[in-house]
Amino acid sequence: MTLAEEPTTATPEKEIGKARRRKEDARLITGRTTWTDNMVLPGMLHLAVVRSPVAHAKITNVDLSAAREAPGVVAVFSGQDFKEEQGSIPCAWPVTPDMVNPGHPSVAVDEVNHVGEAVAVIVGRTKSAAQDAVELVDVDYDLLPPVLDMEQAVAQGTGLCHDHLESNESFTFVFDAGDAGTGVDTEQAFADADVVVSRRFVQQRLIPAFMEPRSVVVQPQGDNYTLWSSTQVPHILRVMLAMVTGVPEHKLRVVAPDVGGGFGGKLQVTPEEVLSLLVARRLGKPVKWTETRSESLMSAHHGRDQIQYIDIAADREGNVKGLRCRILADMGAYLRLVTPGVPVLGAFMFTGIYKFPAYRFECRGIFTNKVPTDAYRGAGRPEATFAVERIMDELAVELGMDPLELRRKNWINAEEFPFTTVAGLEYDSGDYETATRQALELIGYAELREEQRRRRESGDPVQLGIGFSTFTEMCGLAPSRVLGSLSYGAGGWENASIRMLPTGKVEVVTGSTPHGQGHETAWSQLVADSLGVPFEDVEVLHGDTSVSPRGLDTYGSRSLVVGGAAVMKAADKVVAKARRVAAHMLEADEDDLEFSGGTFSVRGTPGTGLSIQEIALATFAAHNFPEGMEPSIDAEATFDPVNFSFPHGTHICAMEVDTETGMVKIRKYASVDDVGVVVNPLIVEGQVHGGLAQGIAQALYEEAVYDADGNLTTGTFVDYLVPSAADLPHFDTGNTVHAAPGNPIGAKGVGEAGCIASTPAVVNAALDAVRHLGVSDILMPLTPERVWRAIHQGGDGGGRATAGTVAWGGASTETTTGVSTDESSLGGDR
Amino acid sequence: MIPAPFAYARPTTVDEALEAVASGGEDVKILAGGQSLIPVMRLRLAAPETVVDLTRVAELRGVREEEDAIVIGAMTTHSDVLSDPLIARYAPLIAEATGTVADRQVRHRGTFGGALAHADPAGDLPAVALALDAEFVIAGLQGRRTVPATEFFVDYLTTALEEGELLVEVRVPKLGGTWGMRYEKFNRVAQAWSIVAVAAVVRREEGRIAEARIGLTNMGPTPLRAHAVEAALVDVEATGEAVAAAAEHAAEGTSPSSDLNAQADYRQHLATVLTRRAVTVAAGL
Repeated sequence: MTLAEEPTTATPEKEIGKARRRKEDARLITGRTTWTDNMVLPGMLHLAVVRSPVAHAKITNVDLSAAREAPGVVAVFSGQDFKEEQGSIPCAWPVTPDMVNPGHPSVAVDEVNHVGEAVAVIVGRTKSAAQDAVELVDVDYDLLPPVLDMEQAVAQGTGLCHDHLESNESFTFVFDAGDAGTGVDTEQAFADADVVVSRRFVQQRLIPAFMEPRSVVVQPQGDNYTLWSSTQVPHILRVMLAMVTGVPEHKLRVVAPDVGGGFGGKLQVTPEEVLSLLVARRLGKPVKWTETRSESLMSAHHGRDQIQYIDIAADREGNVKGLRCRILADMGAYLRLVTPGVPVLGAFMFTGIYKFPAYRFECRGIFTNKVPTDAYRGAGRPEATFAVERIMDELAVELGMDPLELRRKNWINAEEFPFTTVAGLEYDSGDYETATRQALELIGYAELREEQRRRRESGDPVQLGIGFSTFTEMCGLAPSRVLGSLSYGAGGWENASIRMLPTGKVEVVTGSTPHGQGHETAWSQLVADSLGVPFEDVEVLHGDTSVSPRGLDTYGSRSLVVGGAAVMKAADKVVAKARRVAAHMLEADEDDLEFSGGTFSVRGTPGTGLSIQEIALATFAAHNFPEGMEPSIDAEATFDPVNFSFPHGTHICAMEVDTETGMVKIRKYASVDDVGVVVNPLIVEGQVHGGLAQGIAQALYEEAVYDADGNLTTGTFVDYLVPSAADLPHFDTGNTVHAAPGNPIGAKGVGEAGCIASTPAVVNAALDAVRHLGVSDILMPLTPERVWRAIHQGGDGGGRATAGTVAWGGASTETTTGVSTDESSLGGDR
Repeated sequence: MIPAPFAYARPTTVDEALEAVASGGEDVKILAGGQSLIPVMRLRLAAPETVVDLTRVAELRGVREEEDAIVIGAMTTHSDVLSDPLIARYAPLIAEATGTVADRQVRHRGTFGGALAHADPAGDLPAVALALDAEFVIAGLQGRRTVPATEFFVDYLTTALEEGELLVEVRVPKLGGTWGMRYEKFNRVAQAWSIVAVAAVVRREEGRIAEARIGLTNMGPTPLRAHAVEAALVDVEATGEAVAAAAEHAAEGTSPSSDLNAQADYRQHLATVLTRRAVTVAAGL
């Protein structure tokens, strides 16, 4: 045995591509961390919000006297108390110049426009004191008829959601490829086409249902305020809160501590955040508000909710000639942060991966007396992908073609990238054929088709179907110039800085605030490779506007693609500065230095190395520094992409349908995704699985249902069905890699891919199983009842009875008792 | 999710529990496993004056044999039911149905008697008790009485338990040997209540179905017996056709609700399919 040391010149293993377990998970999973609701400040008061039990009414009187006298209650406020200072919840995305925004008070003043809207706020010494007083607030409502159905809302002579507006329409947004010069005339294309297929698809309303309920803590200190919130967007929140409340931006610090999920649901400036700040300012005391799950389901923003009228034109050989989309998008009662922008984001993705020569998109934003919609995982792209992947199947049926053959005939070929679509986007890279071939192998396509044939021939009560989704999406929100052209109120850049500590450890500050994605792990891997430091020596700081002053946070699969790119750029700058110091210390020319594995060495002179850690210490001491150079090798960088990135993939679902009961069961699911270069395969796999779960949930399980009076009857997780692992199949996943040319990592983004791709694959599979029985559409979610009705009674399965399924479901919560009428058929009365 | 204030008693014997209920005021709720009561209280849909917690009443736990019956203590948890050898031997239907109740966490807290006394028609155990002709032993300050399953379930969330009474145990006739059983549950996700479910208990005799007892879950305000199906299955040849023909009667006399999961006509259809499937398995076909 020798005592030889490990050679220090060995190149450390590359971190990028390694399936590192996430360094943040131990604290996140055990909950031993700073969830906002875990925070306790001296003298902290607790808020409870009184919410409207009715969907549409004038408030004629609010009597707070009994609540004010309740034990442990410090103060009670109604909308009257804050009407001068609460402003409006901001909408940062006026999608058209004449978009109508009714204004969104944080606490209702004269009228309520959806069940769950705040009408008063109780401030108690304890949470239970505040909660106990909620029932003591007496509000008189003068009921108005609610507007709940979009197709009725746009009809002539209908009731109004907001009686001070002229109609229920917020905006009409049009993209016409002919007008834009990116395609030919759409009307002409349809007039000339051999075949036109028209369908009406419904994107049901969904609830983001993040794991950690929302929570806010505000601490006033002198004329400063610190606001902790379970938010995805501390940086955006700070700017917006300053604008709304008049607290100057430099007097407001916003912190997103560890945040337990969002899925877009925490990409918001919430009424409760504004209220908490207003109450803390009024009382000069720290306050906390944490929502209950019931409050979350009924008052946090919802997602999706579109009615899509889709027309596709083609010739008899199956060459697509045009796509026309007319969309009704439900805004809910108000416009929140990016409410109108969500359907507009989708406008450019309805053509999917296909070479349509003509395209027209028309979207009307409609007000209804429901909670506002806003971003939800995919935000616009799942809606678009669903429409195009469903209509391609319908066209294939019309033409008598194999759905995959039709897709192949029309998709962009690998050698055609970069490809500018009829919607004007430049798709960066990919190979749809290879991904599809791989997915077909993964699922065992030939055997499944054979089994399908056997079951059909034998009239098996359980039929089998196979559905495809060959999708792409756009990630990496966003090129600031593009956002500007779409009238979005902010840019899309991201910021990062790197601090080299004297001991050689590294602090990475990112403006992309995580809420469960694993930034700390992935960023550490990026920096470990770039600087040649150990993975463990990197600490990632985020989420506090006083620690990471510049950033635009996490949504739209942007973090790695934009935020990670900023980290890479900052690391390059650190290396460049360190190189200058190394050259000075090694008395060599900068150009003669090579940097590898964290060490600078003079080319051709072995044993001359100087590690970046040694340089960090030398920088700290600054005893011997290059002439004219500031003693720092820290660096900051901002990355603004020039284009989106476009992940793509092929998802195939095999579905069993029990024709006797309507029960559907996913037999097999295979997905091959191209998300560009993979930094951490474990995180990517997790994102794909979670995305698939959510996309499948839209197809099969989840729907926010309102009854005829506007009560949310899916008011608990008993009736809003979020599937668990037990309800989902095994996923066979694979990937192809085409590096994104638009960022230094080559990553395309993966946060939403599974969610965007899977929904149409699942619905197409179910339809493929029963199409020979005369079924051409089934509304989502595919409840057994709808599937059974579609098979045995025709149609699309129809609406659902709206009563909750157990006594404690429906619009009744601890703060409001749902008001039911004969029409509303609420649960609990059977 | 904070309940309204309430008084709390935690007795250790049945007698103490009855005293606590009697002295608890106007609105007393009995806490068994709390898997239905606690959510309702947290949502403030129930705000009892007093909660009497039975979790420390040891005499109410466990399963014992008593001549031709097994006796299940009301506070026996679902989890204990699942591992009990007497139930496995003489009333495997109870174990099969209990295994479909919610999730592991709920089954560790929730109790056999609590689920029956709650009498949720979407709950799985009421229809099972009905199909097994179980008897309910009820204790009051005046003594004990026994109520057959057919009289125990009175209406939606309402049983034969009078104010001040406790369900203490449930007697289930021993059914082994020639008896086959099956619980056929239909729901959308693993942890959900039954949309419809069917409990079938079938006595087989030399290739024939001698008798069948069918309990229906969530087909009306109370669990129901499918009498028409039972009548059609007295001493018939055990064939798929006979079972299917009998199952066609499963919805007769039912009055299911319409809710998010299913409208009434679809529930009635499901009842026939599930009855056919349950009886088919119970009959060993």
